Amino acid sequence: MSEVMQLDRPLPVGSEGKRAGGWWGLLALIVTEGALFGYLLFSYFYLASQTQQHWPPEGLPPLGIASLNTVILLASSGFVWASERCIRRRQLQWSLASMAVAILLGAGFVLIQFREWSHKSYDMTTNLYDSLYFTITGFHLLHVAVGLVILLLLLLWTALGYFDDRRYAAVTIGGVYWHFVDVVWLFVFTTLYLTPYLF
Amino acid sequence: MTDSADSSLIRVPEVGCAPRGSDAEIRLASLWETPPGWRGWLSTVDHKTIGLRYLVTAFLFLLLGGIEALIMRLQLARPDQTLLTPEQYSQLFTMHGVTMIFLYALPVLSGFSNYLWPLMLGSRDMAFPRLNALSYWLFLFAGLFLYASFPLGQAPNDGWFNYVPLTDRLYNTGPNIDVYALGMVLLGISTTVGSINFIVTLFRMRTPGMSIDRVPILVWGTLTASVANVFAIPVVSLAFFMLWLDRQFGTHFFDVVNGGKPLLWQHLFWMFGHPWVYAVVLPAMGIVSDALPTFCRRPLVGYAPVALSTMATMLLGFGVWIHHMFATGLPSLALSFFGATSMVISIPSAVAVFAWIATIWLGRPVFNTPFLFFAGFVLLFVIGGLSGVMVAAVPLDFQLNETYFVVAHLHYVLLGINVFPVVGGIYYWFPKFFGRMMSETLGKWSFWVMFIGFNAGFFPMHIAGLLGMPRRIYTYAPNMGWNTVNLITSVGAFVFAAGLLLFLVNVVVSLRRGALAAENPWAAPTLEWATPSPPPAYNFAVIPIIASRHPLWEDWVDEGYGRSSLETGYLLMEGRETLGTTPLDARPDVILKMPDDSYAPFFLGLFSSLVFAGMLLHAWDFTGLMVMASSLSLIAWLWPSKALAQRVPAIKTDKGVAHV
Amino acid sequence: MSIALPEEEIAPLNYFLHSYGPASTPTLHLGWVFASIVAMVFLIVAALLIAALVHKRQPDTGKIDNDDNGLRWIYIGTGISTFLLFGMAVYALLTLNAITKPPQPPALTLTITGYDWWWKVEYEHDDPRLNFVTANEIHIPVGVPVLVKLKSADVIHAFWVPVLAGKTQMIPGLINRQWLQADIPGIYRGECTQYCGLQHAHMALEVVAQSPAEFRQWQAAQRKPAVLSSASDIDAGRKTFMDHCSGCHSIRGTEAVGAHAPDLTHLKSRRLIAGGTFVNTPEQQKQWIAHAQELKPGARMPSMVLSPAEMASLSAFLSTLD
Repeated sequence: MSEVMQLDRPLPVGSEGKRAGGWWGLLALIVTEGALFGYLLFSYFYLASQTQQHWPPEGLPPLGIASLNTVILLASSGFVWASERCIRRRQLQWSLASMAVAILLGAGFVLIQFREWSHKSYDMTTNLYDSLYFTITGFHLLHVAVGLVILLLLLLWTALGYFDDRRYAAVTIGGVYWHFVDVVWLFVFTTLYLTPYLF
Repeated sequence: MTDSADSSLIRVPEVGCAPRGSDAEIRLASLWETPPGWRGWLSTVDHKTIGLRYLVTAFLFLLLGGIEALIMRLQLARPDQTLLTPEQYSQLFTMHGVTMIFLYALPVLSGFSNYLWPLMLGSRDMAFPRLNALSYWLFLFAGLFLYASFPLGQAPNDGWFNYVPLTDRLYNTGPNIDVYALGMVLLGISTTVGSINFIVTLFRMRTPGMSIDRVPILVWGTLTASVANVFAIPVVSLAFFMLWLDRQFGTHFFDVVNGGKPLLWQHLFWMFGHPWVYAVVLPAMGIVSDALPTFCRRPLVGYAPVALSTMATMLLGFGVWIHHMFATGLPSLALSFFGATSMVISIPSAVAVFAWIATIWLGRPVFNTPFLFFAGFVLLFVIGGLSGVMVAAVPLDFQLNETYFVVAHLHYVLLGINVFPVVGGIYYWFPKFFGRMMSETLGKWSFWVMFIGFNAGFFPMHIAGLLGMPRRIYTYAPNMGWNTVNLITSVGAFVFAAGLLLFLVNVVVSLRRGALAAENPWAAPTLEWATPSPPPAYNFAVIPIIASRHPLWEDWVDEGYGRSSLETGYLLMEGRETLGTTPLDARPDVILKMPDDSYAPFFLGLFSSLVFAGMLLHAWDFTGLMVMASSLSLIAWLWPSKALAQRVPAIKTDKGVAHV
Repeated sequence: MSIALPEEEIAPLNYFLHSYGPASTPTLHLGWVFASIVAMVFLIVAALLIAALVHKRQPDTGKIDNDDNGLRWIYIGTGISTFLLFGMAVYALLTLNAITKPPQPPALTLTITGYDWWWKVEYEHDDPRLNFVTANEIHIPVGVPVLVKLKSADVIHAFWVPVLAGKTQMIPGLINRQWLQADIPGIYRGECTQYCGLQHAHMALEVVAQSPAEFRQWQAAQRKPAVLSSASDIDAGRKTFMDHCSGCHSIRGTEAVGAHAPDLTHLKSRRLIAGGTFVNTPEQQKQWIAHAQELKPGARMPSMVLSPAEMASLSAFLSTLD
C-alpha cells in the first residue's frame, strides 16, 4: 500500500490541461452532440431514400460558395489551434491576434451562410428537402454562433491576462469545441452538397 | 511567475488522519457545509442534498402517476363505465406513461446514484457539482412544465410514444403535444448533463486503489445507462423538436402529404426508447447486485460476468428497437434479424439472474426487509424477462403487440425491475440517508402487501392480452370476456398502492422515531458505509486508499491485495478539494479544486426553462430575453475562477487560495 | 349507455385458444409452445430461488470462502438458457416463414382503409364497374387466402382479426399487405389496436366467412346500386337523408356521394353499425343518429337534431337500403 500512500511526486492542482474535468466533460458533450448531428443526417438519408420526390427538388446544389465557406471554417480552426499554441509558448500577443482572426473567419462563415440562405427562393416550409436543409444548416449555424461566443470569451479572458503557459485549460476546451463544430460542418457539407451528385 | 503561484499549481498531497472533532475535521466541515436558509437551499451543490431531492421529487411523481393509474383502474374495473370521458382517459394514460417513464423511473435512479456514487467511490463530490445541481433543477422544471397544462385539461394525450400523424397539428390542435415536445427536449438537457456528470465522475473521481474492476455494480449500471443516454437522448430530443417544427412552423418531416414519413417518427422514437428501457433498469439491477450480497453475507457471485453483461445488454439494446415496430409492415428479413437480437438480449439477463441465485445459495441470507424486496425482485425479473422472450418472437408479437400482454410485460419490467429494487434500496440506504433505521415490522408488511398486490394486479393483464384486449381503450363491452381479469387487476392495483402507502408511512414514522443507525448497520462491504450516518458534508475526512472490492469486509474475505486504509489518507483541505485519479487504475493524478455553492445552476435552469415556456407560448421577445439571461448565467458560471485555479493568480490577493 | 354486442359471444378475440385459418394457426402453436417453455423455466427458476433461500447450510466459520465455484451456476444456467433461446428463436423464425406468404396465390384482393373510427372496405375487380365499397364488414369466401391491402386516410390504425391473423399497422402514405384465410364459415371480430384517438376503443369490424356460393351471392348483391322505393314516407326520408347525411355518406345510385363516412348503399345487409359498436336494428340506428356524440364521444358523426317525423321517415328510408 505504501507506494500509493506516500506520493513522491507532486500532483498538479486544479484544472490542468487535459486533466481538467472540463476537458473530459467536453469530450462527453461532443459525443452527444455528434450523435445529434448523426441522427439529423440519418433523418435526411432516411427521408431522401423513401421519398418519391425529385431530390433535391431544385436541382443539384451549387458548390462554389459552400466550398469557399468550408475552407473559411477550416482555416478558422487552424487559427484557434495556433492561438492555443501561442499561449503555451507565452506569446500572448500572437495568441490574441490569432484568436481574433479565427473569430473574424467564423463570423465570415456565418455571414456567407446567411447570404446562402437569403439567396434561396424558398424557406423551410416549401417542401421536405427545404425542411431538412434549413433545419440541418440551422442547427449547425446555431453551434457556430455558440462557438463564436466561446471564442469571444476566450479572447476577452486572454486579453485580461487570465491565461499563461501553465493555466490555459479553458482555451484548450473551447478550442476543441470549435474544432468539433468545424468537423461537423464537413459532414453537413458532404451530405447536403456532395451526396446529391452521387445519385 | 512567483514561487507562491507555483506552489498553488503543484503540490504533494498531505497524508494524515482527521478523526471527528479534530481541527482538520472541523475545518473540512466549515469548507464544505452549505449555509442554512433559503440561500443555501438554492445554491447548494452537495451531491447528497441533490440526490435526496431527486429521490423525493421522483417519488412525488410516482405518487402522481400512481393516482392516475388508480383512476384508470376504476374506469376499467367494470365494462361500460362512464367515470371518465375518452379525452380524460387519453390524458391520464399519456401522463401516467410520461410520468412513470420519464419523471420517475430514471430520476429516482439518478437520485440513488447522485447520493451514493461519491460515497461508494470515496470522493468528496461528483466531478461537476454545479452541473449536478443544474441537472436537478432542469428535471424539476421540466416536470412542472410537462404538468403545467394538466389542470387546464390540455395535457399530452396521444400516448407516451406519441405517434405521428395523430400528434400532427391536423389531428391535435391544442397545446397538448407542444407541451410534451418541448418538455421532453428540456428534460433531455437535464438527463444529458446528468449523464455526462456520471461518466466523468467514474473516470476521474474514484479513490486511489479503486481500479475499474473494484467499483460496485450500481456504478457499472449507472455508467452504462449514462453512456447510453448520451447516445440516445439526442435522437428523441431531435424527434420532438422536428415534431414541434412540423406543428408550429409547417415543416414536413412527418407530413405525409408533402413526402414526410410517419415511420421516421417510430424509428427515431424507438432508437431512443429501447435503450432508455435498459437505462431505467440497469442501475436498479445494480442496486440489487450490490445490496443483495450484503444480506447473503458473501460477495456477489460473478462480479465480472455481471458487470460485462450489464454493458452487453446495453450494447445489444441499441440493436433491438425494431421489435417495437414488428407490425409496421417491414420486410420479414429485417424482422427476423431484430427478432433474433431481441432474444439474444435475454442472455446477459440470464447471467445476472443466475449470479443472484448463486449468491443466495452460497451465502447465508438474513431475511431483513431490503432482502425481501431484492429476492422478490428476482422472481419478478424472471417473469418480465420471460414474457419479453414471448413478445420477441415475431409471429407471436403480431398477436401480442399493442395488447394488454405488452402492458403486463412492461409493468413487470418497470415495476418489478425498477420499483422493487428502488423501494428495497430505500430500506437499505435509509439509515445512511437519515441516520435512522426503518421499521422492520412495517417493512415486512409493506413488502408482502406490495408483492401480492403487484402480482394480483399485473399478472391478470397477461391473460387480458391473450384474450385480445387492446391497449389504451377507455372502456370495453361486457361480452368480450375481459370482465373478470380487469376486476382482479383493479383490485390488485389498489392493494399494491396500499403496500406502497405502508412504505411511505414507514418512511415518515422512521424519520422521526426510527432507531438511531450506526455507521454500518447492515455490516455491508462497500465504502459508503465507512462514513457516519448521515455522512458529513465533506463525505470522507480523508480520501481513503482501497485495496479490494469489499473494503469493509477485509476481515472476512481475503482478496489477496492487502488492506485498505480508511482512517489514514489524503487530507486535501486547502479549499474544497478532492483527488482526481487515472481512468483505469485509479492512481492519483491531480488535486481537483471543487466549486463553492453557486446560484448559477438555479438561474440557468430557471431561465432555460423559461426559454421553453416562451417557445410554447410563441412569446418570442420573452424567449430572446431568456436566452440572453441563460447565456449570462452560463458565462458567469464559466468565468475562470482563481479559487478553482482556472486562471493565473496574477497578484496574490487576500481572498485567493485559502491558507490557514 | 351500454354498448350492445350481438349474441352471447365469449371473448371473440381470444387468439390464444382459437384460430380458424392457416395465417394464425402456426402462431397459435408457437404461442402454446412458448407459453409452456416459459412457464416451465419460471417454475424451475422459482424452485431454485426458494431452495437457495431455505436449503441447509454448513456451520458458519466466520470466514467467507470466495472460491466456492459459484461461477458454475452462471456457466450452467446461462448455457442452458442460451441453448433454449436458440431453439426458440429458430422455431419463431420458422413460424414467421410459414405465415409470411399464403400457401397459394390469393383468390381475392381487397383494400381496407382506416378512418377515425371505422373501416372502409373496397372490393376490386378487373372490370372497374364491378368494384364496390362497403364498411366495417368484410365478407370473404371460406378456404382460400385473401390478400388485404391496408391504407389509412388519417392517422395510424392497426388491422387485427386475431383468430385469423396477426395485426398490421395502417400507415398513411404506405400500403401494407397482409393475408388471411378462414377455413370455417363464421363471423370473426377484429379491432383496431393502434391508439388512434378518442374512439380507438370503438373501432371494430367483422369478417364474415361464407361458403363460396354465399359469398358470390353477397358480392353480386353488393355490386348493385341501391334500389329505392317511391312510397311517399320513403321519399320524405330520402329528402331528410339528402339534406342532413349526404355530405358525408354515400348511397350508390343516388345523389348522395359523401366520402367521409361509411357507404350506406346496402346498410341493411350489415350486422353492426358505428364501427362495430351497435347491432344494426332500426331502434339502434335511431339512437345512433340522435345521440352519436353521447354514445361515441368525439366521433366524426354529429348528434343529429331531427323532429320525430323526420326521424321516422329517415328510419323508414334507411330500412329500404338492403
